[in-house]
Amino acid sequence: MQVSMTINGEVVSDDVEPRTLLVHFIRENAGLTGTNVGCDSSSCGACTIHLDGEAVKSCTMLAVQVDGQDLTTIEGLADGDTLHPVQQAFHECHALQCGYCTPGMVMAAVSLLDEVPDPSEAEVREGLEGNLCRCTGYHNIVAAVLQAAGVGATGGAK
Amino acid sequence: MIPVAFDYERATSTDHALALLAEHGDDAKLLAGGHSLLPLMKYRLVAPAMVVDVGRLTDLSYVREDGDVLAIGALTRHRDVETSDLVRSQVGLLAAATSKVGDPQVRHRGTLGGALAHGDPASDLPATLIALRGTLVVQGPSGTREVAADRFFTGFLETDLGDDEMLTEVRIPRAPDARWSFQKFNRRAQDWAIVGAAVMVDGETCGVGLVNMDSRPVRAAGVEAAITSGATAVDAAATAADGLEPPTDLNAGVEYRCHLARVLTRRGLEESGR
Repeated sequence: MQVSMTINGEVVSDDVEPRTLLVHFIRENAGLTGTNVGCDSSSCGACTIHLDGEAVKSCTMLAVQVDGQDLTTIEGLADGDTLHPVQQAFHECHALQCGYCTPGMVMAAVSLLDEVPDPSEAEVREGLEGNLCRCTGYHNIVAAVLQAAGVGATGGAK
Repeated sequence: MIPVAFDYERATSTDHALALLAEHGDDAKLLAGGHSLLPLMKYRLVAPAMVVDVGRLTDLSYVREDGDVLAIGALTRHRDVETSDLVRSQVGLLAAATSKVGDPQVRHRGTLGGALAHGDPASDLPATLIALRGTLVVQGPSGTREVAADRFFTGFLETDLGDDEMLTEVRIPRAPDARWSFQKFNRRAQDWAIVGAAVMVDGETCGVGLVNMDSRPVRAAGVEAAITSGATAVDAAATAADGLEPPTDLNAGVEYRCHLARVLTRRGLEESGR
């Protein structure tokens, strides 16, 4: 089946089997390998991307389902050399250990702050419920999201 | 994990979806948000020859008042149910239970109708609909019918839906003054309920649905009757597990699940003002 979608502002089209998972389309057809496959069963959140601005798990979607739609992956978050405020906060707070969960964590955090711009620590922890860090490095991740919220992760100064 | 190969068609209307179901019979499965069906297909527990994608039928995504009832379109996503002011004010128990489904990413994709049509006894929403005495609107080739939640869930992952039918709407009696509680017991974030209790008390009416306490979502009818006849929460909850056959798995055996059902039901009743 021919599918076409906009990923990070660029149109990507290809001929795929209906069973092609979206995460595989992103990695193999679009060549964007920042989105990771972790558990492959919608538990760990490593494959989190944005569909029309909302965080979703791309291992549990078909590429054909999003034909014609607008996606953002971790590669599309920064503005040129300027990191997104959430990426910057992850960098400053050292919110990663092995880094495998990081792209998904960042995408989930951006979506969370879009919905809850000024979250409590509990809201951050609950809001990142769908993302697992195999290094158990949650402390700095939560700190980074709170720091990003403080500097206006959704774009505007607070 | 890759599903077995299948053909895919995106429905452009409810009638189109029904026509595709009529054409392909039990070879076809409806795909809404995909967060119940796709995992089963990836594990190859299900291998439909035809997947009919109803995910873009936005006319089935709505929440509206209809007389004494709150009508919710089957394709309303969990996130939209959870954050709907109407759902929160008219059937608060549903908003609370929905906010416990999966995780934020899952709730952005999964739909109310999809979760109900999946008929999983471990899912939070079927038991909640039972407690709220909801009904399900089913459309098929011979028209529309309405099924009470008690009769809809017929067995493990089995419902009253025919191969040529589609769930289009969920109808719940409005109860703005009801008190309610959703008790979900699990040990890790994002896990399914080991046991859950959906409790609603509205004047003399009491509704209790239990999660993961039998091969299908069930009503704790004994608890409801006891409360209606004036029993205390402690006495009523003592009957919560009566007659039920909960599953045994790594998390809990039968005895522990029955204990949890009694404890969670009591907490739910107390939180609901009983």
